[in-house]
Amino acid sequence: MSAGVGVDLENLWIRFGDFVAVRDANVNINGGDFFSFLGPSGCGKTTILRAVSGFLEPSDGRVLIGGNNMKGIGPNKRPTALIFQNLALFPLMKVWENITFSMEIKGASARERRKRADELLDMIALPGQGDKLPSELSGGQRQRVAIARALCAEPDVLLLDEPLSALDLKLRQHMRTELREIQQRVGITFIYITHDQGEALTMSDNIAVMKAGVIDQIGDGKTIYNDPATAFAASFVGENNVFRGKVKRVMGDEALIATNRSGDLVARISTANQGRMKEGDEAMMFIRPEAFALAPQGAAGDHFVTAKVNHEEFEGNAFNIFMEGDGGKELKVSIPNLGQSFDDHTGQNITLEYETKNAVCVPAGELAAE
Amino acid sequence: MPSFLREFFKRNGFGMGSLMLGLVLFWTIGLIILPQLSMLDFSFRPNLPPPEIGGPKDVYTVENYKYLVFGPEGGSQSYNAVDLNVFFRTLVAAVCVTIFNLILCYPIAYYLAQTKGNHIRIFALMLIIPYWINEILRAFALRIIFGETGVFNNMLVGLGIFDTPFDFIRNDIALYAGLGYAYILLMIFPIYNVIESLDRNQIEAARDMGASWTKIHQRVVIPYAKPGISSGCTMVFMLSAGALAAPQILGGPSSLWFTQLIYQQFNDNSDWPQGAAYAVVLLVTCILLVLAIMRLFKVNMGDIGK
Repeated sequence: MSAGVGVDLENLWIRFGDFVAVRDANVNINGGDFFSFLGPSGCGKTTILRAVSGFLEPSDGRVLIGGNNMKGIGPNKRPTALIFQNLALFPLMKVWENITFSMEIKGASARERRKRADELLDMIALPGQGDKLPSELSGGQRQRVAIARALCAEPDVLLLDEPLSALDLKLRQHMRTELREIQQRVGITFIYITHDQGEALTMSDNIAVMKAGVIDQIGDGKTIYNDPATAFAASFVGENNVFRGKVKRVMGDEALIATNRSGDLVARISTANQGRMKEGDEAMMFIRPEAFALAPQGAAGDHFVTAKVNHEEFEGNAFNIFMEGDGGKELKVSIPNLGQSFDDHTGQNITLEYETKNAVCVPAGELAAE
Repeated sequence: MPSFLREFFKRNGFGMGSLMLGLVLFWTIGLIILPQLSMLDFSFRPNLPPPEIGGPKDVYTVENYKYLVFGPEGGSQSYNAVDLNVFFRTLVAAVCVTIFNLILCYPIAYYLAQTKGNHIRIFALMLIIPYWINEILRAFALRIIFGETGVFNNMLVGLGIFDTPFDFIRNDIALYAGLGYAYILLMIFPIYNVIESLDRNQIEAARDMGASWTKIHQRVVIPYAKPGISSGCTMVFMLSAGALAAPQILGGPSSLWFTQLIYQQFNDNSDWPQGAAYAVVLLVTCILLVLAIMRLFKVNMGDIGK
């Protein structure tokens, strides 16, 4: 889609005194994309959003919107609209006044504003609620009013700062779909901040994974999930099991890792690290819980893992097995429930197998906190 | 027993509850309502020498109120022009002091409330500490500052802005400054309290949608701060209209404050009933004025308490 206005961050640095909040960020966001910044709290993602919206001047580097340098242009003059984490609806204004506040600034007549508010209320499926106060609406309704208020300003870029975090799980999942639909309907660029990888994966065209001010990886959801560039990205996005060790041998785009407690295991080197891992390097190998299958007892080889089962649980769609794992963290295995019989293995040693394509190795690095 | 009382006793226990309730009732009834009622009673009685009190001449009359409007019986004028003039001028001046204070204090309160950091605490202290000094001393200090050889006149004459010292006192500028300064805290803190609870994101949201600073204050901050503004304005107005020390010390020789008339009646003329009548008129007029303005700006009584 080329209709929308793109956003580029070029060598963006943001410092607060000695603290570096954003370190040399380079991101190209295509016009019309749903782009997410994903990272734990305090990683600098909100800081980036504030730099794009204009509430913060970069210490270094540039923010470009539609190719124009935004330096010195205040938030009230940028073609962006921001949806705040707490929504920041005006409590004393009625819903319709909230929605059309940007038109009021431009001097639109009350009749025009009322008409536009009704259109937007229809769009967000709240027809006839214009005369209520925000406090009379439910959380999900307020959420939609905040979106309508931002869209009413007809921004080229909509910025969303974890707007779903205050909602309960069901509503959050529903709003994901709704946000994505709205984005596709209006066709403008959405930049979304979240610490919830589920939100990022389900809604985004592209995702930037951030850690402590640094962007670790940019890619679409599948790439981030299947082909992580760093140990942090692998451990932060989705559940993952880590095996620490050293590279024993590199074989093209695969490597044999001498793991600390599971012997030599083979794994694919993630795309970003191909040609950059060599024998003797500290490495980490990741296998998702759902990528394991039960293997015959005692089978051995470079794609078998044997360990003692600590406990098991039945989750409905899957049987979860928790085994003794690497670095004090349990190894989690999910066997899909397809109606098979399932014996209790607690206390026994069992053997698992995996396919090489489902194991990925990266240079050793910091893992995401639990 | 109404449910809130039962709840109150349940929470505090019967002994403690009765003690607290008793003290509050003593305060409001014994120290405020009863003395005011006795003032009201005074205001409707003639001024009699002590032996005649309770005698046949001690009957209720509206003479004292009539005096304020029409002056002494058989006087040369048909209205008590002097006293009425002082009365209305006092009210207008109190309104002016209130508006002046609001314009001065709103930006200070906004700045204090919306800025983070230690220097804010220092600013607040700088506002509070001068109030440890006695009100009369503060008024005299202002008199010195605004006097003929005071700091202001020395500066203005020194800079060549005026040829001769300007009489701040005769022109009531010292009085307005003194009254304004006397009550700035009562204006700043209610507004500060309300604005402090205003979510900063709302200001940013308005700004993000293109609002100018004026518009942000007009549509977001001031409507939100309205309870604090009304509370501050009410207090400043009531206290300025009822001030005595500042007008006494800083007022020009020709400009009397209505409270000074009341004081004269009580003290110089020993005419308590007349003084009480004047005081009642001032109090009732002020209350009515405040209620009217509250209605005009759609403020509820409950908001004032915020």
